[in-house]
Amino acid sequence: MRASGLPSHISAQFDQELEDIRAMVLKMGGIVEDHLDKAITAMIENDRELAHRVATEDYRVNAMEVSIDEECTQILARRQPAAGDLRLVIAVTKTITDLERIGDEVEKIGRMTLSLMDSSIPRNYYVGVESIGQHVQRMLHDALDAFARMDSDAAIEIAALDAKVDAEYDAAMRQLITYMMEDPRNISRVLEVVWSIRALERIGDHITNLCEYIVYLVEGKDVRHISLEQVEEELSKKDDD
Amino acid sequence: MLHPIDSQQAGNTEDVQQSLDIEPAEEDLSNESAMTDKQQSHSLNFSGLRDNKLSQTEEVREALRVEKLNLFYANDQALKDISMSIPEKQVTAFIGPSGCGKSTLLRCFNRMNDLIDTVRIEGSITMHGKNIYDKSVNVADLRRNIGMVFQRPNPFPKSIYENVAYGLRLQGIKSRRTLDEVVERSLRAAALWDEVKDRLNESAMGLSGGQQQRLVIARAVAIEPEVLLLDEPASALDPISTLKIEELIFQLKSDYTIVIVTHNMQQAARVSDQTAFMYMGDLIEFGNTRDIFTNPKKKQTEDYITGRYG
Repeated sequence: MRASGLPSHISAQFDQELEDIRAMVLKMGGIVEDHLDKAITAMIENDRELAHRVATEDYRVNAMEVSIDEECTQILARRQPAAGDLRLVIAVTKTITDLERIGDEVEKIGRMTLSLMDSSIPRNYYVGVESIGQHVQRMLHDALDAFARMDSDAAIEIAALDAKVDAEYDAAMRQLITYMMEDPRNISRVLEVVWSIRALERIGDHITNLCEYIVYLVEGKDVRHISLEQVEEELSKKDDD
Repeated sequence: MLHPIDSQQAGNTEDVQQSLDIEPAEEDLSNESAMTDKQQSHSLNFSGLRDNKLSQTEEVREALRVEKLNLFYANDQALKDISMSIPEKQVTAFIGPSGCGKSTLLRCFNRMNDLIDTVRIEGSITMHGKNIYDKSVNVADLRRNIGMVFQRPNPFPKSIYENVAYGLRLQGIKSRRTLDEVVERSLRAAALWDEVKDRLNESAMGLSGGQQQRLVIARAVAIEPEVLLLDEPASALDPISTLKIEELIFQLKSDYTIVIVTHNMQQAARVSDQTAFMYMGDLIEFGNTRDIFTNPKKKQTEDYITGRYG
């Protein structure tokens, strides 16, 4: 038995290759998760050194995307994977694209934190960052966990949380618009906060994509572009069969 | 170490180019003092194309070197000016359409073509610096060192035990203990031990095709050759037996240099480290399997592996 819970192939080497890409995705996810935590901490605690690291270390994530893609290409060309193996390779190539984009958003947050560093913005401007940030942190952590366990039920639950992120984003935006209207001299600084919240909201969308790939990987169903209610209905139909 | 073919042998630039195209593994860049500047620049260029993983591993040694090999069946030329270097303890696969010369080339490695009267061979194949076509070479010794497994399993009509022990008995080994040890070790190496250990004295003819083929491989490794030549070893087998043979090949390469001819190019993609594509007696492209199957340099190779002509 392999870590994924699937029975072994006759080719032990093929098992190893599939395990490798799974492990590499989890490692890449771990790095992205770590960067996201640092970005949020840096912004809230005004930590210049930490923000600088977040703004400059994204290359590690990009390098992992390239090398995982290369491994996936090799597996497709040399193993001609079928069924669950094929879905794993396809899901991995998509997953790492979204992880890489999450990395880009995190890098943006780091850069905006650096440019806000010297302006004395009132603490309460960051309320949105903190609450949305904690939300997407939890979602990312759980999504990677669901990927590792190949748990499609958990993936659907996590995807459903994105609605909360969107709602918080709307509320935070209204609050920040108020600050801008109160004192137009604040607009450029407040906009930096707006972009950061926007980046967090986008991260939530990417995590939703990750969850959809997990459902595709486990259930073999493409659940993009349909509502969560429909997804649940689809999957329960399968269970009844 | 593998080097580009020496300048004395590379008569013109075209030859140099060819030898670069077919060079299979990394060069030792520290050992270049003897090379001309021209070669040096070529080998440097070429090392840039290397697969990172391979070039990071320890040095790759050469098992067999083919130089300017031409082979004629009477007046028909079946192999045209083949030069290549087969790396040690890796799997090298020959692919190409029927009649491209891949099996002929494989047979050259243990002089199976000697059996055909009309065959004439020019050029050389060297192993440990010695041309295997030299008059002083004992063909029986050569074949002991370079074993071969054919498309159809060909066990002897004897017991499983005697099939594996056969080569040792020919060498005059009688010690029961030695024979027992070698039989078990060889059957284990061929991933067959668990299936046959309780019926070693039954006839080998009672085994399935896939088991017979693994038995033949066990027979070949019993006499501890350096090189194993496999001529379409799985083409007469069902898909599961085929995968078992492929897994076996993967395990055997830690101890043996393996050269395999296959008309199943997916098999070459799965099992080999180096792939040579041949067409009409020419070696078209020879390189790292990772590169050949994702980014071949020659259009002919691309057309063949993508199924555009055959």
